Amino acid sequence: MSQEAMSRHLPRAAELGLIGCHVCGQVCRAVDADGDIQACPRCGSTLHRRKPAAYTRTWALLIAGFLMYIPANVLPIMRTASLGDIDDNTILSGVVELWVKGSPGLAVIVFCASIMVPMLKFLALGTLLISCRSGSNWARRQRAKLYRLVELVGYWSMLDVFVVALLTALVRFGYFSLVEPLPGVVFFGLTVVLTMFASMCFDPRLIWDGKEDSDD
Amino acid sequence: MEGARQHIKPTPHRPRGGGICENQWMDLSPPDALDETATQPLLICEHCDTVHRRGPLAKGEVAECARCGAVLERCRGMGANALLALILTALVVFVQATLWPIVTLGLNGQYVDATLWDVIHTMWLDHSQVVAVLAALTLFVFPLCKIFMLGWLLLYARSGRRAPGFRRLMVALHHLGPWTMSEVFVLGALVSIVKAHLYFDVLPDPGIYAYAGLMLLITLFAGVDLTRLWDETRGESP
Ligand SMILES: [Zn+2]
Ligand SMILES: [Zn+2]
Repeated sequence: MSQEAMSRHLPRAAELGLIGCHVCGQVCRAVDADGDIQACPRCGSTLHRRKPAAYTRTWALLIAGFLMYIPANVLPIMRTASLGDIDDNTILSGVVELWVKGSPGLAVIVFCASIMVPMLKFLALGTLLISCRSGSNWARRQRAKLYRLVELVGYWSMLDVFVVALLTALVRFGYFSLVEPLPGVVFFGLTVVLTMFASMCFDPRLIWDGKEDSDD
Repeated sequence: MEGARQHIKPTPHRPRGGGICENQWMDLSPPDALDETATQPLLICEHCDTVHRRGPLAKGEVAECARCGAVLERCRGMGANALLALILTALVVFVQATLWPIVTLGLNGQYVDATLWDVIHTMWLDHSQVVAVLAALTLFVFPLCKIFMLGWLLLYARSGRRAPGFRRLMVALHHLGPWTMSEVFVLGALVSIVKAHLYFDVLPDPGIYAYAGLMLLITLFAGVDLTRLWDETRGESP
């Protein structure tokens, strides 16, 4: 018997009339059937069975993040000027430059942080939102793991933003060499923040809320 | 399930799997189980809402949810004193990382260095105020708040007491969550150095070493489960 099949019999807080506090973990008895406007006796935070409006909020933030992500990739994020030579870099060209000019290892890290992680967030959260809405019981443990991965690696996308900021502050040699941030970096920073908020608004408990297996 | 990773122990007559079943729950938890002051016998997985019975954890052990595999609770290997010492070290290192220049670039005998504040300041002047604000918050304000709040809480937690403002600070710490990004900045500095190295002379400054130290401390702290402070301290929490 698989672990997933076994854990099907474990009681869930909602079934027992309990609510776990999101903030401090306190186990509370749900006062009424809806139990929505109840404060945690220990930390004072509002108790929710599920995060409020998880679908709407996550979708909204995810779409907003994606809208920012397009200019973040299309527009250059950084301008390097040396001896009158002007060169605009996008996120991808920065990765390519790092690869070509001698640090493939670091190029892979930057590629993961700047391109893979944002894509992962859009795809993973999108998949989670759609599959949870339909109450699907497909690969629940894996989807739960996917969500935890998104939460864990999400903020590392800020890497490129910090690189641009540092280079701007450091490369100030007037006519000889100069680095300037370009609008792409602002959009990219906003993408990271919006997708971080999106993953926070999603409630992983929804993964387990739908129908159980029929061969019970 | 041995060693450092262990599932919550099931009740005796349930040979495998974590958690409890519905009919057992009633007689297993005494009426005061939900009382704020008692050590809680139950845990609810924040990732899937499964109710678990709390098992004893040895130092360094991690309890995992039997349904979804998320970490329910970890027992840190360090006491409040050790944690406080770590926090004080982190404060010293953090101040140095912020005040000292991070790296110096050289070109044709000209040298430029930058501290964290120079980084934030140049971004503000260069029409990227959004980035400047993000950097100031995630690299300075939030980490500093986190260090001070933790230090304050631990100062009292050493003797099992709750610091004035315990409740509010614990909630604030929870919400600070992933918004401190010093470790990302360290990696960013590394990437910047490699990129700059192609065109300039790069001289590391003390700030970069302070940041490396900070990163080590953050890694040490990553395994600390702060919600346990709720159970380990007693006293009024205004
Ligand atoms: Zn609470
Ligand atoms: Zn769980």
